[in-house]
Amino acid sequence: MVESLSNNRKITDRKKRPFEKLCYFFIYLLSACVLALVVYFISVILIKGLPAVTWSFLSTAPNPIKQTIGIFPSIINTLYIILFTLVICVPIGVGGAIYLNEYAKSKRFVRVIEFATETLAGIPSILYGVFGYVVFCVLFNLKVSLIAGILTLTITVLPIMIRTTQEALKAVPKSYREGALGMGSTKWYMVGTILLPSSLKGILTGIILSIGRMVSESAALLLVAGGLSQYMPRGNVVEQLSGSGSSLSVALYTYAYSRGDNETAFGIAAVLMIIVILLNLLTRFIAGRLNRK
Amino acid sequence: MSEIKIYTKNLDLYYGEVQALKSVSMDILENNVTALIGPSGCGKSTYLKTLNRMNDTIARVKITGDVFLDGEDVYGKSVDVTILRKKVGMVFQSPNPFPMSIYDNIAYGPRMHGVKKRIVLDEIVEKSLKDAAIWGEVKDRLKKPALSLSGGQQQRLCIARALATQPEVLLMDEPTSALDPISTTKIEELVSELKKKYSIVIVTHNMQQAARISDYTAFFLLGELIENNKTEIIFSSPKDTRTEDYITGRFG
Repeated sequence: MVESLSNNRKITDRKKRPFEKLCYFFIYLLSACVLALVVYFISVILIKGLPAVTWSFLSTAPNPIKQTIGIFPSIINTLYIILFTLVICVPIGVGGAIYLNEYAKSKRFVRVIEFATETLAGIPSILYGVFGYVVFCVLFNLKVSLIAGILTLTITVLPIMIRTTQEALKAVPKSYREGALGMGSTKWYMVGTILLPSSLKGILTGIILSIGRMVSESAALLLVAGGLSQYMPRGNVVEQLSGSGSSLSVALYTYAYSRGDNETAFGIAAVLMIIVILLNLLTRFIAGRLNRK
Repeated sequence: MSEIKIYTKNLDLYYGEVQALKSVSMDILENNVTALIGPSGCGKSTYLKTLNRMNDTIARVKITGDVFLDGEDVYGKSVDVTILRKKVGMVFQSPNPFPMSIYDNIAYGPRMHGVKKRIVLDEIVEKSLKDAAIWGEVKDRLKKPALSLSGGQQQRLCIARALATQPEVLLMDEPTSALDPISTTKIEELVSELKKKYSIVIVTHNMQQAARISDYTAFFLLGELIENNKTEIIFSSPKDTRTEDYITGRFG
C-alpha cells in the first residue's frame, strides 16, 4: 500500500497544514484591507466634504456677485438624468434580454448580439460622448442638452442592463418554464408571472450598476450635456431637459480641475455619495415591495 | 370497454437527424392508467410529450403522423396549444413548484385561464389539494412558500397544480423517480384514485410500479412501440421476447 494512504494514523492525529494557515492569513488580511479602504474612503470624503455642505450650498445656484456656491441645479440635473435614463433604458434592456433569452430562435444571432453588448460595455465612455455629440446633439439637432445627455447615457448603460437581466433570466430553472407552459400558459404569461419575478434581483443589480455608471460619468456628459450650471432651473421639465446643464460629477470635475476649489469639490463628492447610497436603498426597497406581492 | 381518449397513428418524431419515435400507433383509454416502460432513451418520455405538444418548445423537432384527442387533430393548424395543455395536464420528473406560495401555485393555472373571483379560487385550491391528497398537510400554511415543502409534498403539490386547471388527461413523466419510498407509495395510491376522473399516462422506470398501478402497459425500445396490452398480460405472458427480456431484467 502507498505510504500516505495507510491507515496507521489515528483520526485525532491532526496534520499541521502551514500552507492553509498562510492562505487564511492572507484572505483575512486582504478582506480587512478592502474594508479599511472603503471605510477610509467614505470617511475622508465625509470629513472633508460635509463642512462645505450647508443649506444654501444645497438649495441655490452659484452666485458670482455674492461669491457663494450652490449646487442645486446640478443635483436636480443628476436626478433627472438618472430618472429619465432609467425610464428609457430599463424597459428596452429588460425587453431586449427577454427577447434574446426566451424568443430569439437563431443561436448565432444571439451570440452576435451578446458579443456586441459585451464589447459595448467595455468601451471607454468618452467614445459614447463623441458618438452622442455627433448623433444626438448635431444630427438629431438636440444641441448640447440634458436630453442629449440622457440619450447618450442610455446607450452607455443599455449593455449593462441587458447583460445583467440576461444572466438573471438564465438562472431561472428550465423546470419553471416547463411547469407553466405545461399548464397551458402562453409564453408571454409565463414571462410575466414566473420569469420576471424570479429575475427581479438581477434586474435590480442592473439598475444599481447603471446608476453607478451614470453618476460616475463626467467626460461624456461634459461634451453632450454641457458645463457647470450657473442658474436655478427654470420652466417645466421639457424646457429644463432641452437646456444644457451639469450633473454633480461634471460640477465636481469643474470645481476640482478648472477652479482648484477642493473644498467645494469634496462637498459635492459627499452629496453625490449620499445620493447614490440613498438611491440604492430606494431601489432595494421598491424591489422588496414588488417581490412581496 | 372504455372509450378511446387519445390515439396516435404512425407517429414519427425526429430530433434533427435522429429518429426518436418510429411509427408509434397506440390507443389511450379513458379513465385508465397507461404505463409507458422501457430502457433509458427508448422514446417513452418523448412520446408522452407529443401528446400535449411539449416538444414544440424544443428546436429542430419534426413530427409526422397523427395524434388525436377526442377525435380532434392535436397537431392541426387551428389548434391553440394553451387549450390543449389545459385539457392535457402534465406532471414532471422532478417536482417544480414555482417560487411562490402554495396557494398561488395552485391558483396559477385557474388565474391564467381567467378565474378571478377569490371565492372560486379558494374552492379550486381546496379541491385540487384534496384531490392530490395533500390538503391535510398544507391547509394551515397556504401562504407559505411552496419550496419549503418536502420533495414528496412538492410533487403532490405539482399534481394538485395540474389538477387545478381541470384537465381530462394527466401526463406523468417519471413522477416518483426523485422521491423516497413513502412518498412514492402516496403518489401511486393517488394515481389509482385519480383514474376515476382522469385518463392517466405515466412514464416509469420502475416496472413494479407499472405492474402495481397501471391498467395498460406499453413497452418501448429504441423508439419503437414493441408491445402494448393489458398490464397483467404484459407482465405474465408477453408476446414479444424483447418485452419478456426487459421485464425479467435481462437488459435495460
